[in-house]
Amino acid sequence: MDIDLARAWVQAIAVAVGRHKDHLTQLDSAIGDADHGTNLDRGFSAAAAVVADLDAETVGAVLTRTGTALISSTGGASGPLYGAAFRALGKSLDVPVADQRAFAAALAAGLESIRKLGTAAPGDKTMIDAYAPAVAAFEERSRQGDGFAAAAQAAADAAEEGMRATTPLQARKGRASYLGARSVGHQDPGATSTALIFRALADVAAAP
Amino acid sequence: MKKLINAPERVLDDALAGIAAAHPDLSVDVEGRVITRAGGAGQGKVALVSGGGSGHEPLHGGFVGTGMLDAACPGEVFTSPVPDQMLTAAKAVDSGAGVLFVVKNYTGDRLNFRMAAELAEDEGITVESVTVDDDVAVQDSTGTAGRRGTGATVFVEKIAGALAEQGGDLPSVAAMANRVNAATRSFAVALSACTTPEAGRPGFELGADEIEIGVGIHGEPGRRRETIRSARDTVAVCLDAILADQPLAAGEETIVMVNGLGATPLLELYVVFNEVVAALAAQNVTIARNLVGNYVTSLDMAGVSITVCRADAEMLALWDAPVNTPALRWGS
Repeated sequence: MDIDLARAWVQAIAVAVGRHKDHLTQLDSAIGDADHGTNLDRGFSAAAAVVADLDAETVGAVLTRTGTALISSTGGASGPLYGAAFRALGKSLDVPVADQRAFAAALAAGLESIRKLGTAAPGDKTMIDAYAPAVAAFEERSRQGDGFAAAAQAAADAAEEGMRATTPLQARKGRASYLGARSVGHQDPGATSTALIFRALADVAAAP
Repeated sequence: MKKLINAPERVLDDALAGIAAAHPDLSVDVEGRVITRAGGAGQGKVALVSGGGSGHEPLHGGFVGTGMLDAACPGEVFTSPVPDQMLTAAKAVDSGAGVLFVVKNYTGDRLNFRMAAELAEDEGITVESVTVDDDVAVQDSTGTAGRRGTGATVFVEKIAGALAEQGGDLPSVAAMANRVNAATRSFAVALSACTTPEAGRPGFELGADEIEIGVGIHGEPGRRRETIRSARDTVAVCLDAILADQPLAAGEETIVMVNGLGATPLLELYVVFNEVVAALAAQNVTIARNLVGNYVTSLDMAGVSITVCRADAEMLALWDAPVNTPALRWGS
């Protein structure tokens, strides 16, 4: 990943979140407090605006600033969680061009920061249920010798599969946890936005 | 949706401008979303900073003033504020004695306040945080995000705020805040759901004769739904839940709040309070002080929350200490 691709990724996320804003909010009104779409739209719009004007010298600078903008603009739990993840990604990629192995390690660092901050585990019906399989798929494909675009494609597919698999789960973290058994049968909004983030990565990586 | 707003995305800006115009004792940074005491906190005084999603007014901005909060950070409706707000607030009100963050126990609030505390510490400000978690409707604290913070927030802010005003240092003010939280329990029932301006539709559906027993202040579901009953029976349900969690012995003194959730007539709140008085009197528990009114609301939700604090003499003395804020005002 180079600086331009990092920038394109953040901007593609902002477009995707804007397009799916109502869907995210709709999912969140079923088991949360109906603000996930609005909050993420505000956060990623702010991040996209920041990186558009950013005179970055490293991939990390783009992603770290994205994280800071998310923390400053999103609110809710998703702001700190995604913000911390992008900051962790950025800190791992202090280079103008990151190779695939470094990017895989950075994705894992992002996952670790979400896990630490949110204290959620796989199966708790959170963004981790999409993020963790995405990282595993990216690592696996990279190990097999596939290129960045193919690995990103596999990560996006795995994230979407993980997202769909949250539907039968009972939430144990966040506001949905108060529903107890009533959270079963609803797809998790956080896992859904995480899938959008990985799909955006696959899309920009595949673009000519 | 029928609301007296200009546009959903302008609600907070417009309301903050209105708060600024209505209360010259407050200094309102509309853009930065921070409300502070116009005169600043006293030199050497521990500063109290709270915040949370908007839609619970007068919480928290209405409690900024002498004897209570030094700053409040309003987030978007039902959305926690961002760390920049709490950092700005902490920098504005810290006079060197340190800052106490009063945080309601929601994942978003906890994460954003925690990040703000780290940023403030980086700037040389000493920060302690108290997490308020008084809502006994949440019984499973391991399989959930834990008990929610609701009515006890008012008691924590009032009592710890009074101690700070009297010169208590940061460890004592934080300890008192934790003591008040530990001694306080709340339980709420909803008669109707609330509608956020952005969503435009009620957060949940209740039948014409249904009530949600144990509702949260963002419309989080409670323990169960029932057909509406008399005020007496409803109070019994709330007090049973509260007293099952924290039994009170005969002769103990309490501070009790009967709080409207936004769309409940004061007339009904007094009916409810009358039942609380009778029920506690039957157990020889004294209501030494009370609040009846709208203090921790949930937009346009109809319903009531009951908060009971087992108060010791020190808490009662601090409760009686002068307070001068838009929403609580007594003493001199």
